[in-house]
Amino acid sequence: MSTLSRRKLITAGVAAAAGATGLAVAAKLAGRYGLIPPDSGGVYGPGETLTYAVQRLLTRHSMAREFSRSQISAKPLMNEVDPPSDEFKRLQEGRFADWRVAVDGMVAQPRSFTLAELKSYPQRSHITMIQCEEGWSYIAEWIGAPLSHVLEVAGALPQARYVVYRSIQPDWWESIDMADALHPQTLLAYGMNGDEIPVGFGGPLRLRVTRQVGYKSVKYITRITVTDSLKQFGKGLGSASPEAGYAWYAGI
Amino acid sequence: MAETVRSRHSLLVRLTHWIMALAFLALLVTGLEIVVSHPRFYWGEVGNVNTAVLFKIPIPASRKLVPTGYGYVMPDQNGWSRYLHFQSAWILVLTGLLYVGVGLFDGHFRRNVFPGRSDVSPKSLLASLLQHLKFARPGAHEAWSYNVLQRLAYLVVIFILFPMIIWTGLAMSPSFVSAFPAAVNVLGGQQSARTLHFVFTWVLVLFLVVHLLMIFLAGFWSRMRAMITGRVAEPLERV
Repeated sequence: MSTLSRRKLITAGVAAAAGATGLAVAAKLAGRYGLIPPDSGGVYGPGETLTYAVQRLLTRHSMAREFSRSQISAKPLMNEVDPPSDEFKRLQEGRFADWRVAVDGMVAQPRSFTLAELKSYPQRSHITMIQCEEGWSYIAEWIGAPLSHVLEVAGALPQARYVVYRSIQPDWWESIDMADALHPQTLLAYGMNGDEIPVGFGGPLRLRVTRQVGYKSVKYITRITVTDSLKQFGKGLGSASPEAGYAWYAGI
Repeated sequence: MAETVRSRHSLLVRLTHWIMALAFLALLVTGLEIVVSHPRFYWGEVGNVNTAVLFKIPIPASRKLVPTGYGYVMPDQNGWSRYLHFQSAWILVLTGLLYVGVGLFDGHFRRNVFPGRSDVSPKSLLASLLQHLKFARPGAHEAWSYNVLQRLAYLVVIFILFPMIIWTGLAMSPSFVSAFPAAVNVLGGQQSARTLHFVFTWVLVLFLVVHLLMIFLAGFWSRMRAMITGRVAEPLERV
């Protein structure tokens, strides 16, 4: 065995100090540029942070692949949904004319929107793949109002960093960063394959997030909250998913 | 006959070997766990229980949605499985890059992994193959150097199988392919990428089985000692 020389010790010391400083600087920069996910604590934090940070740097403005009309799945798969509540049934009987989605939080004018109002806004549609974290997938056309437009109408403030969205089913709530919220493909979708969205697929209103797996595209949207911090929502992990053991960021 | 204490494997090779071994094990277990939620495989862009299947694994699923023929549903383990799968992937990729980067730079690949020109002749390949087929216990010199088939196997694993399993994994990420659509398009679609990811997993498992078999054949404890302490207790004279 060779004994450690003074030079080796000094080199190792300098390298360790440089490494620690580098990590600290990287963490500070990552925090400033919003590259740390809300569920970055805990044993899987390093992996989640690396995935989110690298994908955010690579994909801030990238578009999810869009497909041709002939590639739309003839038989899309309807995932299991919880039985509808009495409130949902009442709204369904009125053909969702009274369905409202509230937009609040860091906006100049908190207000709510009816489906008719959303339909009066510039319409965007895309034929994209929705893939479940389990492994199955289908391609469908989604029609709706860009979330960015709705946020603009409500007057989202410049310090906004996240958008929290909730379903009429209280167990389902999610959040996305502004890169996804303002992304042109992110829709408050009210149509699917040229028709209204069937209830099993999230009708009357589903938030369609194209660059993350299916559980981020929450069904039956009733409330959207703009915020600069996710700490005060639920357990502070960003959404219901981490509270159930699933990652907040689901771009992979 | 003095026993040598000369180092067989460098500290970096030993460290990266065991880190990658652990990461691979975690990836394998969590990957199979994720498959349990949908043990069906497809070809092309899309696949679900309403579409034609390429093949299915005859196991019960962890989702009611999948018709498996079993009367029960396994518990859902996808949350932590996905967290651990991606974290282990990072550990494996970063450690692998360190191993390959340093190995190419410091001559490890040149000395220990790339076969010599004379070794890749048909004659010497055949000789090595025959020796393997006879399950002959390797000679003492093989404690100090990899044989040609072993070198070729390691090269295939390092430069073909691992890049392919990383590529097919990334090709399943909706976010990654939004920036690099060709990554999934050239594979024939997202479900093709998933199926290929599964197939390459089993090719890697096959390598692992043969790798372990060879270690038992060569002498489990001496090879374990070499990969843990770095030393080989073999007489040098016979080299």
